Amino acid sequence: MGKVYRDAQDALAGVLRDGMMIMSGGFGLCGIPSLLIGAIRESGVRDLTIVSNNAGIDDAGLGLLLQTRQVRKMISSYVGENATFARQFLAGELEIEFNPQGTLAERIRAGGAGIPAFYTKTGVGTAVAEGKPTAEFDGETYVQERGIVADLSIIHAWKGDEEGNLIYRRTARNFNPMMATAARMTVAQVEHLVQPGDLDPDHIVTPGIFVKRLVQVGPGFEKRIEQRTTRKKLMA
Amino acid sequence: MAWTRDQMAARAARELEDGFYVNLGIGIPTLVANHVPSNVNVQLQSENGMLGLGPFPYEGEEDADLINAGKQTITALPTSSYFSSADSFAMIRGGHIDLSILGALQVAANGDLANWMIPGKMVKGMGGAMDLVAGVKKVVVLMEHTAGGKPKLLKDCSLPLTGARVVDMVITELGVFTLARKGETAVTLIELAPEVTLEEITAKTEAPFTVALRNA
Repeated sequence: MGKVYRDAQDALAGVLRDGMMIMSGGFGLCGIPSLLIGAIRESGVRDLTIVSNNAGIDDAGLGLLLQTRQVRKMISSYVGENATFARQFLAGELEIEFNPQGTLAERIRAGGAGIPAFYTKTGVGTAVAEGKPTAEFDGETYVQERGIVADLSIIHAWKGDEEGNLIYRRTARNFNPMMATAARMTVAQVEHLVQPGDLDPDHIVTPGIFVKRLVQVGPGFEKRIEQRTTRKKLMA
Repeated sequence: MAWTRDQMAARAARELEDGFYVNLGIGIPTLVANHVPSNVNVQLQSENGMLGLGPFPYEGEEDADLINAGKQTITALPTSSYFSSADSFAMIRGGHIDLSILGALQVAANGDLANWMIPGKMVKGMGGAMDLVAGVKKVVVLMEHTAGGKPKLLKDCSLPLTGARVVDMVITELGVFTLARKGETAVTLIELAPEVTLEEITAKTEAPFTVALRNA
């Protein structure tokens, strides 16, 4: 059976259940699996634990799952751009576990690589290290952090082939490659589905072994910009 | 006269050395990019996965796939590279970044830094700040000297820490201090902004410090 699915609903069929842990790629709204997030919203699945660097904004990205109260807990490094998040958190409806961004990235990388725990300097002497084992290496103190493996990872890539080999574009790469490795089921949405041989094997970032299912985004697919910042052209 | 925000950024830019890889925080630290001396070549790192940040794009040339850590649209340079968040923090945590310039809510005499949460207020998260201060070779804080009339360079931080003993230098509108990350606590005032008196800066600083002015 091939890895390519007709649409996002089809690609997530039989995978979603209440209470599951889902990793969702992206940084801000850059490189987020928006189509798959939409399909999760449509499915009505609830009590989700979401691992993602950010929580989207009110009307885009993971913000769509917050609106419908499908998320019970977020594991993130920064959630400042989402008023829905703030409201639900202050009302006690939503749990948050803040991880330093690099620790979050490494927890995911470690989980995917079969490493149950690792030591880092990040957070030593702060609230992040409270209750965690510490150890001294070469005269410095490090805190133990755990690898994470999720039930499902949803990711976004620029190009993918039928084997699931993926290439990312610019800063839309971010958390997507690690998340591809760190779940029992990884579903990727790609902007361009290409034929075997179209991708240069030297350029592939995520080898197909990590990707179980694949769906191409349709016409009208939109990538939103969170902070449109420009400079003026000087007249000659 | 105290330094303006741009003058503070210009002073921080003097910490840049040729060949440095640098991570700039959000706010006043971002302005440092406008003051890089022409004889100094630095590469700016953005923790969302890019080395070699270019300027903001011209209108109409924005790319949703090309942003900095503040989620602003940017451009690439001929020397730019892209990488995953894990690789990005390998650079940061692994000590490959030479300099981090970031803002602060409080800095303690021993180099403790607090800049990510105020208990009782909505917490947005620490983002990459804890990794940066733990891993980057030199950490420079660029901040207003006081908040609501209260000193921010303190004997001890009262807010939750971002990092313990991580700050090497503090630049404010009033002057420049160096701090010791290891061994005995040692805060030294090394520069005063023009027309700022020792009396004024002492009155607005809670941390005890010694004076060894280099620009007198």
